[in-house]
Amino acid sequence: MTEHVATNETILVVGGGISGMTAALEAAETGKNVVLVEKNPALGGRTSQLYRYFPKLCHPTCGLEINLRRLKGNPRVRLLTLAEVTGIEGSTGNYTATIKVRPRYVNENCTACGDCERAVEMKVDDPFNYNLSQHKAAYLPNAMAYPQRYVLDPAIIGTADAEKAKAACKYGAIDLDMQEETIQVKAGAVIWATGWQPYDAAKIQPYGYGRFKNVITSVEFERLAALQGPTGGKILRPSDGKEAKNIAFIQCAGSRDENHLRHCSRICCMASLKQTHYVREKYPEDGKSTIYYIDIRAIDRFEDFYQKVQADPSVNFIKSKVAKITEDEHGNPVCHGVDTEGYKRYTTPHDLVVLAVGMEPSVKGINIPGHIVADSSGFIEADPANGAVFGAGCASNALDVNRAVQSATAAALRAIQVVNKVAKAEA
Amino acid sequence: MSANTAVAEKYRNNFLKEIEEQVEMGDWVKMCMQCGVCSGSCPTNFQSAWEHPPQELFMMILAGKREEVLTSSSMWNCTSCYNCIVRCPRKLPITHIMHGIAEYAHRLGMAPKMQPTRFFSGLFWKNCTHTGRVNELKLSLGLYFKDGFVQGVKNGMAMQAVAIGLLKARRLNPFELFGGHKCKDQTGIQAMLKKAYEIERSRKTAKMAG
Repeated sequence: MTEHVATNETILVVGGGISGMTAALEAAETGKNVVLVEKNPALGGRTSQLYRYFPKLCHPTCGLEINLRRLKGNPRVRLLTLAEVTGIEGSTGNYTATIKVRPRYVNENCTACGDCERAVEMKVDDPFNYNLSQHKAAYLPNAMAYPQRYVLDPAIIGTADAEKAKAACKYGAIDLDMQEETIQVKAGAVIWATGWQPYDAAKIQPYGYGRFKNVITSVEFERLAALQGPTGGKILRPSDGKEAKNIAFIQCAGSRDENHLRHCSRICCMASLKQTHYVREKYPEDGKSTIYYIDIRAIDRFEDFYQKVQADPSVNFIKSKVAKITEDEHGNPVCHGVDTEGYKRYTTPHDLVVLAVGMEPSVKGINIPGHIVADSSGFIEADPANGAVFGAGCASNALDVNRAVQSATAAALRAIQVVNKVAKAEA
Repeated sequence: MSANTAVAEKYRNNFLKEIEEQVEMGDWVKMCMQCGVCSGSCPTNFQSAWEHPPQELFMMILAGKREEVLTSSSMWNCTSCYNCIVRCPRKLPITHIMHGIAEYAHRLGMAPKMQPTRFFSGLFWKNCTHTGRVNELKLSLGLYFKDGFVQGVKNGMAMQAVAIGLLKARRLNPFELFGGHKCKDQTGIQAMLKKAYEIERSRKTAKMAG
């Protein structure tokens, strides 16, 4: 893994979600050498955790499959999984990145047969399902994982379970002595595509996320709807497993709020409109959605999507930012507030409340060396002072999948220009 | 036409500008995005007590409904719990704006005369500036008799048990009715107040001339 030869003409892409994969592939397909660094054991990022994406409501597995095929066929992309960039030094055309690679405890011999998973007993939280369920400590990150290779959770190392897994493997793929490594990679340009994280909903104190089981976030709702999610695709509420048919969606949970995230996260309105489709899909007879909103921002050309949802009798729109949520004796979350169309107070119980949480850039709080210019929300700005470190996708702005891909392609073009200059100078 | 109303005349048809310039923290009003979280967070349950919740007042200001806003009793009902300020996604100092609008309506003489909060505020000020100390007995009696002698006696009867309890606990001194306790330096207190009035008057004159 460490013998990759990277030079000043190499492009380093940090983050293997939809943006990072796109940037890496676009650059590699023009003949550049790319090192793609992913923190998780598999590529795909948050896009792979969605059930469907708007506006066509297709499954993200489709778009990912295309990218994975491009990747498998391209020898110019070197992929490092379980790897994190801990520091970057140098300047335009001459960077050296320090990368920490965590052990997978499974080598290239793995055929993903699953014998180790069946052999072990220990279970750990499954981050792919936002910890709503558990998986075995020897696991495949998700059904579409690339690389299609098992991982051992570090918690299992040194236990009898680890030995069981090793014994169960027919291919000698399990190596319990793997150690963490730190490697250095040279690069002419860096594309920072570390994406986003859902805003910590527990910080929105009046909404009771963390106190009330039936208040969940929009990303968790994606997993509830997904066939490979914790409920097998049934929308069941966490407290008692009851079918959640009367669902409230609360917009701007964290976004457009000086106390939380200053920016509009852009995707949440469309995400909630999309998620009303899930409710109707799973409960066509008596599913009911209520969207509490300040104003609906169906970005880009998606106004027709909004109008279609508006015309749906099972979806109710209430123009109001919910003031607080309480819980009644049946475990139902109750929304309190004032409908600003008519100034009427409401106290409405629902089966489940979904907070459309905002996007926080993952780069926020990370110390990226080299004086990166970011905006007041922490998104990387396109600024000459950043040298050849370019933001792509949600590291640079709150974007949907479509726009993230555009942004990644743009970042790839900028990086290609830098390494072209380096190549000319060296020739 | 008083000096106050003469100045107010220049804002005809531009109520928002008037609020911005004359009301303390009034320049925040335009920042409201009508999300309704202030009204939803208000513990006074405004539907019985408030005519217009805060974000409706802000909308009315933008819509130029001067008469309705300034004669309204709504902003006088604010209890200063600060729930709205804490939750406002745009950090509007809503409590302060409510008090600012109330004070401006009072300054123009448009505030409802017998609104209990306004009445009590006047009573309290008179009471405590008289001797430099609050005479609680006179203050509460003054509030009981706000709506006339008969209602005053009724109020007193209704509060009888509380009064006796306070007497027993030595928290209420009936002799306060005759003069009552006061500050040692009476002339000092009055001179201080006079100076404060002067400063405030010159500030407001400057603002009104503004």
